[in-house]
Amino acid sequence: MTNTIEDITHDSDVILLCGSNPEEAHPVIGMQVRQAVARGAKLIVVDPREIDLAKKAAIHLKLKPGTNVAFANGMMNVFIEEGLIDKEFIADRTEGFEELAAIVKDYTPEKVGEICHIDPEDLREAARLYAKADRAPIMYCLGVTEHHTGTEGVMSMSNMAMMVGKLGKAGCGVNPIRGQNNVQGACDMGAQPNVYTGYQKVADPAVVEKFEKAWGVDLKHLQPGRMATECFHDMIDGKIKGLFIFGEDPVVTDPDTNHVIKALKSLDFLVVDELFMTETAKYADVILPGRSYLEKEGTFSNTERRVQRVRKAIEIPGTKPDTEIFSLIMQRMGYDQPILTPAEIMDEIASVTPSFAGISHERLDSPEVGGKGLQWPCTAKDHPGTPIMHVGKFARGLGYFYPAKYQPSTQQVSEEYPFIMITGRVLYHYNACAMTARTPEINELSGNSFIEINTEDAQALGIVDGDKVYVSSPHGRIASWARVSGKTSKGEVWMPFHFLDGNSNWLVGDHLDDFSKTPEYKVTAVQVEKATEEKECCQYMEVPNIVRKKKKMAKMF
Amino acid sequence: MIKVTIDGITVEVEQGSTILEAAKVAGVEIPTLCYLKDVTPEASCRMCMVEIEGMPKLVTACSFPAADGNVVHTRTERVVKARRGVLELLMSNHKTDCFSCPQNGMCKLQDLCFEYGVKDVPFEGVEKAIDDSNKFFTYDPNLCILCHRCVNTCQKRTCRGSIDTTQRGFKSVISPAFGMDWADSNCESCGNCVQACPTGALTMKKQKTYRHWDVEKVLTTCPHCATGCQYYVYVKDNRVVDVEAADGPSNRGLLCVKGRSASFDFAQCDERITTPLIKDRETGEFREAGWDEALDLVASKFTELKKTYGGQALAGFACSRSTNEDIYMLQKMTRVAFESNNTDNCARV
Ligand code: SF4
Ligand code: SF4
Ligand code: SF4
Ligand code: FES
Repeated sequence: MTNTIEDITHDSDVILLCGSNPEEAHPVIGMQVRQAVARGAKLIVVDPREIDLAKKAAIHLKLKPGTNVAFANGMMNVFIEEGLIDKEFIADRTEGFEELAAIVKDYTPEKVGEICHIDPEDLREAARLYAKADRAPIMYCLGVTEHHTGTEGVMSMSNMAMMVGKLGKAGCGVNPIRGQNNVQGACDMGAQPNVYTGYQKVADPAVVEKFEKAWGVDLKHLQPGRMATECFHDMIDGKIKGLFIFGEDPVVTDPDTNHVIKALKSLDFLVVDELFMTETAKYADVILPGRSYLEKEGTFSNTERRVQRVRKAIEIPGTKPDTEIFSLIMQRMGYDQPILTPAEIMDEIASVTPSFAGISHERLDSPEVGGKGLQWPCTAKDHPGTPIMHVGKFARGLGYFYPAKYQPSTQQVSEEYPFIMITGRVLYHYNACAMTARTPEINELSGNSFIEINTEDAQALGIVDGDKVYVSSPHGRIASWARVSGKTSKGEVWMPFHFLDGNSNWLVGDHLDDFSKTPEYKVTAVQVEKATEEKECCQYMEVPNIVRKKKKMAKMF
Repeated sequence: MIKVTIDGITVEVEQGSTILEAAKVAGVEIPTLCYLKDVTPEASCRMCMVEIEGMPKLVTACSFPAADGNVVHTRTERVVKARRGVLELLMSNHKTDCFSCPQNGMCKLQDLCFEYGVKDVPFEGVEKAIDDSNKFFTYDPNLCILCHRCVNTCQKRTCRGSIDTTQRGFKSVISPAFGMDWADSNCESCGNCVQACPTGALTMKKQKTYRHWDVEKVLTTCPHCATGCQYYVYVKDNRVVDVEAADGPSNRGLLCVKGRSASFDFAQCDERITTPLIKDRETGEFREAGWDEALDLVASKFTELKKTYGGQALAGFACSRSTNEDIYMLQKMTRVAFESNNTDNCARV
């Protein structure tokens, strides 16, 4: 996020919410969006579904899934046509305006209305409301990024904000609401093939040299890395032979489950560091017991780039800190890695990462920070952190208008697969639900797979609310339970991806966004039918047997 | 700025500040029950009454705007008597059975009664039905003082608007619309109303498993979504037993159902793996192994594969739910020991 949750929900006049359902995915942000509406801020909801917040919205644009770029270009068409652009901001702080302006000229509200299945007047209204507001943030989420054109979708968001000068000040900005608790941190910490910590590029020889010095190894000989989604292909092709997975469950969370399983089975050696016997761990050669956030010191970085402390509360006998596990493996592989405390590791991170240079556990725990965390960039011990990015100047100098054109989704419905399936989250769970599903009350509230289907479609298929149905795509078939309503549009169905008894990921293909290699979760062509007879469905592996050591350990709890 | 004197301490506060806010600056504590920070004052309980020189009536500090030159007394005999009266009235409608109440020891009402010497007020009300339908918390109207902190929280802080004051028989109670059960309403089970309740009327079911003086509080960050809510976990005998929202920068004292009620059972459940496991590829069975054996095997296998196929044949994926320190070390291991840039996280899923 360029801004803070507080300023975009407390200092804004209009909020443009694109493909984001914070009430369920980020509930406490959702509560603050509701506070904003109660305070009088106007809400524009851009979402194919009738989400609850849409009822509170001044305008709801029920976009056809996968048409975000067309929508954004349509908005900008109106900005230009109606003279709503911020000329001064564009002239002083950006480049590439002319090229983009030439592109969006074709995206008249009428044309966009046709592509996106929305009323052109509503689009005009939304454009005026957003552009004329004094302070208006854009908030977006996986609904924008999880498409094969996700990168263009993201660029389109900042294009809109730059064109009306709504960046670099409070109550504005372009604010992706990151999904998992520390996905921001995982990217910041260099767990990406092309960057080290703080987005320092692997392709930059000076950066490589710096890390060689800091770590005392040669890094120049390392080949360019591959992204996880590409790695699965490489495993099947025999190019990747050994994999270490730390706390992820790709068998459940990644698209095209059969493909992921095939990849894991192709490996010579798979190690999984985990809390539980997850679907992925079942395929491991070695499982190392990991620790949860309650059993360690450390930090998470939230969606506002705010680094906050995690503190040890309990200890589970038998386990080791994960950092110690990694260090012991490094030592055994011939790299002299001392066992460091989490505070010492953060000091090392600060020493190699300019944007983290001022961050330490000591400082985070100090009265100076007062429990408010530190938002990177935080470049020195006396730097207060950066709540709002791009004030006065963009990180890259001039803001670039990315010339994004709308491309139809590669997924189109056919006679065989007549529905567009969108996937998402529900309030009570998180992702693979390995954590939330272990609270029994949560499962009582929400424990089974379901699929939302439009009333008219359901009628045509003879499906009533609560019916068991089969959902299939070229990738497989699953069983689920129908929820019939007007929440989704005709021809569209919606499914959460948490539940093991009917996980939509079996059905999703792995056609990736060209740049970020994000799977296109949001759009999949599927068939839905009433379950009148038993049909074979995709199944996870059975729980493997575990041979216990003779000396039975005393039960822990 | 205006000058106000509270119990002899003169402070400068902004125009429009309430007496309660001025008292806070002066470091004088005024007891409150219905007052809720950041929300328009309810001013219904009258617990916060104070005396201002030159004014005939006592005023409620939480709502009364301070004026320049005000001289305020918060502990005069008259004030104390009035407050005791307030408490006695509340207690006559409150079933006193503190020892069996889950709130015992952390109840504001109990503390105030003790402080103002209010005890043994006979319960004059009619017993009302308890609403136990919510999975995570219970509402006992017999302990409710109708201070509306819960209602104001739900309507003005979480903005869900699930509950209000309604009539049951001749008495007011707190409930979802039309007196329906809590579980049947649009309530999201966030529990923010429960945390706001100053009495034992709204309590988390988990509160029955511990006494508050037995727990240690540890401040940490929620592990579910990227909002980064701050909360205290309550630890008793190496187990987390409950969660209390902290006033973090992104959550401002609020939590959702996942953070409050589904953020610790998983860590201490029986399904945790606590011993390294090694698979026999022939049988598909795992067997328990010691740490040294498992780590030796991991290191030797990866070393062997690296020697045969090169570092690019190895990969290390990090978990985007784990800490920064863990993730940094994982990618470092992949780069320096595996000699591979094939490191990634689940950012894209
Ligand atoms: S339930 Fe608690 S917070 Fe709500 S009115 Fe009763 S005493 Fe006050
Ligand atoms: S739990 Fe949350 S949603 Fe439910 S009544 Fe309380 S504050 Fe409202
Ligand atoms: S309490 Fe809820 S909103 Fe807050 S971080 Fe946890 S899951 Fe997200
Ligand atoms: S706290 Fe002031 S009237 Fe209740």
